[in-house]
Amino acid sequence: MTDRLLDLSVTDGRLALAAAGSWTADRAGELETLIDKAVRRARGVAAVEIRMGAVERLDTFGAWLLERLVRTLTAAGREPAVLDLPERWHDLVEEARQVNRTPLPPTRRRPLGDALAGLGRIVVEITHDLLLIVQMFGAMAIVAARAALRPWTFRLTSMVHHLDRVGWRAVPIIVLITFLLGCIIAQQGLFHFRRFGVEVYVVDMVGILVLREIGVLMVAIMVAGRSGSAYTAELGSMKMREEIDALRTMGFDPLEVLVLPRLVALVLALPALTFVGSMAALYGAGLVAWLYGGMSPDIYLARLRDAISLDHFAVGLLKAPFMALVIGIVASVEGLQVKGSTESLGRKTTASVVKAIFLVIVLDGLFAIFFASIGM
Amino acid sequence: MSPDPDDPVISVRDLVTGFGDTRVLDGASLDVARGEILGCVGASGAGKSVLMRTIVGLLPRRGGSIRVLGQDMARLGMGARRALERRWGVLFQHGALFSSLSAIQNVQFPMREYLRLSRRLMDEVAVAKLEMVGLDASVCHKRPAELSGGMIKRVALARALALDPEIVFLDEPTSGLDPIGAAEFDLLIKTLQQTLGLTVFMVTHDLDSLHAVCDRVAVLADRKVITVGPMATMLSSDHPWIRSYFRGTRSRVGAATGAVRAVRAV
Ligand SMILES: Nc1ncnc2c1ncn2[C@@H]1O[C@H](COP(=O)(O)OP(=O)(O)OP(=O)(O)O)[C@@H](O)[C@H]1O
Ligand SMILES: [Mg+2]
Repeated sequence: MTDRLLDLSVTDGRLALAAAGSWTADRAGELETLIDKAVRRARGVAAVEIRMGAVERLDTFGAWLLERLVRTLTAAGREPAVLDLPERWHDLVEEARQVNRTPLPPTRRRPLGDALAGLGRIVVEITHDLLLIVQMFGAMAIVAARAALRPWTFRLTSMVHHLDRVGWRAVPIIVLITFLLGCIIAQQGLFHFRRFGVEVYVVDMVGILVLREIGVLMVAIMVAGRSGSAYTAELGSMKMREEIDALRTMGFDPLEVLVLPRLVALVLALPALTFVGSMAALYGAGLVAWLYGGMSPDIYLARLRDAISLDHFAVGLLKAPFMALVIGIVASVEGLQVKGSTESLGRKTTASVVKAIFLVIVLDGLFAIFFASIGM
Repeated sequence: MSPDPDDPVISVRDLVTGFGDTRVLDGASLDVARGEILGCVGASGAGKSVLMRTIVGLLPRRGGSIRVLGQDMARLGMGARRALERRWGVLFQHGALFSSLSAIQNVQFPMREYLRLSRRLMDEVAVAKLEMVGLDASVCHKRPAELSGGMIKRVALARALALDPEIVFLDEPTSGLDPIGAAEFDLLIKTLQQTLGLTVFMVTHDLDSLHAVCDRVAVLADRKVITVGPMATMLSSDHPWIRSYFRGTRSRVGAATGAVRAVRAV
């Protein structure tokens, strides 16, 4: 990079700028520095001339920098003469003369104000989100009632397809995780209860904990992460590509066509998965009690039969469909809120999982109060 | 490093590309000379986009060779490839703007990557490019989702031109533009080609832009490039598809062939 892009020389109060070499994108950084220098040098002189004859290559970067030089000098009252500009670049330079006439609208930044505004926006968004969820509940109730009155409009094929995806295909991972969870709870119970000599109560603890709480909660959280996110992403990308608008214009209700089958599939799948998961956890706990605690399977089963009643079992399974409903509704609300950008799709998918898990846990707490007060 | 200026800028020989069992292109050959605007036409699904994507290396080649700016695409290392990619710009059929960036950030994206520029210069040049493609400064901070289809096309062109490339690949640049906008677009491409010595490979269905700007036209059919030549050749061709394409009811030429010939003769 030895060749000079711009030579400055002052004679008799005239500043002569001799341009040369390639005035192109690759050298634009250098060229900008030179041009700023030329502007500074031009302060004390009476007239400025720019000779462009020796320039070998010129592109929009070079043309713009030339134009910027001319404009800055003109604004300072020293309109330069541009000489020897080769014919072939007249159009380009002319093009550059037209641009950047209006200043770029600034992007405002007010740190404190923005932070406060952001805080306010979050509060508004939370209430807005809750409203949307309630709204979706209502809308889905209407859609479901309509489908119940005219069962032939219900999209059974789609529902079965989703049931396969969120139910059947989730079985291996759910069984694996709940099995391990059962093992861990039993091991911890045995370890700590052994000190009091009441190892046998581990079976009571595992049975009640798994059937009432852990089974359904774990499964719901996993389904929220696995299927809730998938629902949001699917609906969101359909929204982004205007597929949902297309459905609407053809006279279909997206809630009926897209959301209802998914929701029904989830409501059917979650209790089944909860059952399977609870069994896997009890199995894991039995295995640990036998191998680690030395409790024979017969004793484990007999103790389990005494410790748990149908109530415990029912409590767990009763909660499952409601949790499914919450997960499905949150996923749909978030999915349908996706705007044009991929970024918003990612944000909504994350929001869907986080909100669903949060609401599932809140719901579980409410159920605990409810069942305690009716003595179940 | 600097090849003979008479060498074709893009040279495709016996290209074979396909998906699965089907071959979309089978033995396509094409040359694009330095500084020319080549229009590529063909029926929907004929493989125009596939040809373009194969040349820029987005789709794998099954056979044949592609040379761009004198370099064999199959033999390029990572560094040489990057250097070559800096010398071309691509406008995709659907714009392919980054949806999480604003219009001006989209244009600045390649500049940030390849050039060392001050923030001020980058802003000015990006605005200049956007204005050159017929947008005004008010769209600068808008996201692609807030732009109309035609505006997206323009921003995408500005992004393709961000580094003042030597070659631009345009996939249906004027589709979705109003006729006035499309004519401006044609004029712009012509101006850029003349001022910057740009070589343009343009896939298009727009007969007006074929007439207005293309030096030569390549016709893609039967998985090959069946003819390449100036508009006059296309208009006098006997091939049935070419006849109905250029002289069908949609083309004004069908009615006014004589007039166009007269203009071309001047
Ligand atoms: N990713 C893909 N997988 C399988 N087939 C593809 C894929 N992309 C394109 N094709 C097939 O390749 C053929 C050519 O497609 P291409 O997009 O190049 O058409 P085109 O000539 O650009 O048409 P248009 O004018 O409609 O844009 C079509 O038959 C299409 O089905
Ligand atoms: Mg195409």
